[in-house]
Amino acid sequence: MPEPRTITVEVLRYQPAKGTNPYVDRWTIPYTEDMSVLQGLQYIKDTLDGSLTFRWSCRMAICGSCGMMIGGVPKLACRTFLRDLAPGPVRVEALAHFPIERDLVVDAEDFVGKLERIKPWIEPREPRTLEEGPYTQTPAQLARYESFSHCINCMLCYSACPQYGLNPDFLGPGLTALLHRYNSDSRDGASAERMQLVHSEEGVWSCTAVGYCSEVCPKQVDPANAVNVNKTASAIDWFARFLPGKR
Amino acid sequence: MKRSNQPVFWVLFGAGGMLSALLGAALVFVTGIAAPLHWLPTRTMGYEGVLAFCRNGAGKAFVFAVISLFLWHGAHRIYHSLHDLGLHTGMVAKAACYGLAAAATILAAATLLQLGF
Amino acid sequence: MALRRTYVRSMDGWWRRDPFFIHYMAREATAVFVVAYALILLAGVIRLSQGEAAFGEWLEGLANPWSIAFHVALCAIFAYHTWSWFRIMPKTMPPVVVGGRRLPGAAITALGLAAAAIASAAFVAFVAWLAS
Repeated sequence: MPEPRTITVEVLRYQPAKGTNPYVDRWTIPYTEDMSVLQGLQYIKDTLDGSLTFRWSCRMAICGSCGMMIGGVPKLACRTFLRDLAPGPVRVEALAHFPIERDLVVDAEDFVGKLERIKPWIEPREPRTLEEGPYTQTPAQLARYESFSHCINCMLCYSACPQYGLNPDFLGPGLTALLHRYNSDSRDGASAERMQLVHSEEGVWSCTAVGYCSEVCPKQVDPANAVNVNKTASAIDWFARFLPGKR
Repeated sequence: MKRSNQPVFWVLFGAGGMLSALLGAALVFVTGIAAPLHWLPTRTMGYEGVLAFCRNGAGKAFVFAVISLFLWHGAHRIYHSLHDLGLHTGMVAKAACYGLAAAATILAAATLLQLGF
Repeated sequence: MALRRTYVRSMDGWWRRDPFFIHYMAREATAVFVVAYALILLAGVIRLSQGEAAFGEWLEGLANPWSIAFHVALCAIFAYHTWSWFRIMPKTMPPVVVGGRRLPGAAITALGLAAAAIASAAFVAFVAWLAS
């Protein structure tokens, strides 16, 4: 048996009950080839310090709960492996640009509030009775929005977006991508309503095309493209208002 | 929700960005390096040559587009960069950046028209 | 809920935290030089309107070694602007579908850079033709 390898994990801790500012804790833990950062944190919580707080659920990059800054980059802890970070130390911090609730848990209230505002559901373009059957769609119509529907709301793109960090009123990358997903759906009829948000000062115009949001997205959603396509759409609408026959 | 007025500035920013991305380096090379080092015949970048170019309708439009759009492009980026750097001066920065571009646009248009056709 | 007291981290120096942001700030900084060049040209047009002597002074200024050095640097900065402009292009423009497939980002960047090369060559050729 080879000696088990070890790696040092540094975590930015924040325990509001202690009444202190954030501080760093370090643990050196054994790890194997197949261990993710999430499993490393679980090892620490189970055997070294039960007070370490973090969110997780599925362990397979689909629930979007375990987003955190790993080595300064927003990543899902479940799909980031300790072997790739050797020899360490591995620096772990709560997702940037969000208020820290406790340790690695951030306050996602702002995100969830905005999620409601974009109406993330299909408002049927025309009501249909059961007898009329389902709303059908061609593969080409599906292709228009499919990639944007892969978003898992992990908020990594918000931590990659300095404009959201500088101005939390900004709707931000991920939710604009999700908004775009519904607006691009041939079955949906609420596009005009959602575009009011796109056009507004909280909408797409805070974006300066940094582009990092699309780089860190674990699902290749390309939120930067969704935001910028909507800038074009919003600009066309801005000028189209002055054409005869328009509003 | 208040509608943003950024589309106007963004369109000008985009047009200037595209024009400068396509031709910027070549323009700088011609006017700032090749001409002063006399790699071009003196008359081309001399008074007569440039005046003739600026009196031609297409030449006039080109010079105006370069000066004005480059400024709108730069002003828009600088305005957002000030915010990026944490200088949230709001209306002051906006007025200074876009005001410079607007003033330069008017000045360029007036001067070019004054040169005649 | 009594103990709920979130901690908000500062954004000071955010752009130094990641090399990606440093490249972004470098890209944005090119704007200062684009403005400077436009103002040089604007000065040239104004001097042109003031007559031959005034325009001659502007030309003399351009021939100053410091000016030449500045324009060599400007040339490099504009080239960086061109590169960065077309590199972000796949994210900023609507998806292009060719033959049922989305054109890859690298192809959009390559096409943009090719267009810039052709436009620049055509412009220099046009100036050379004017000069002949």
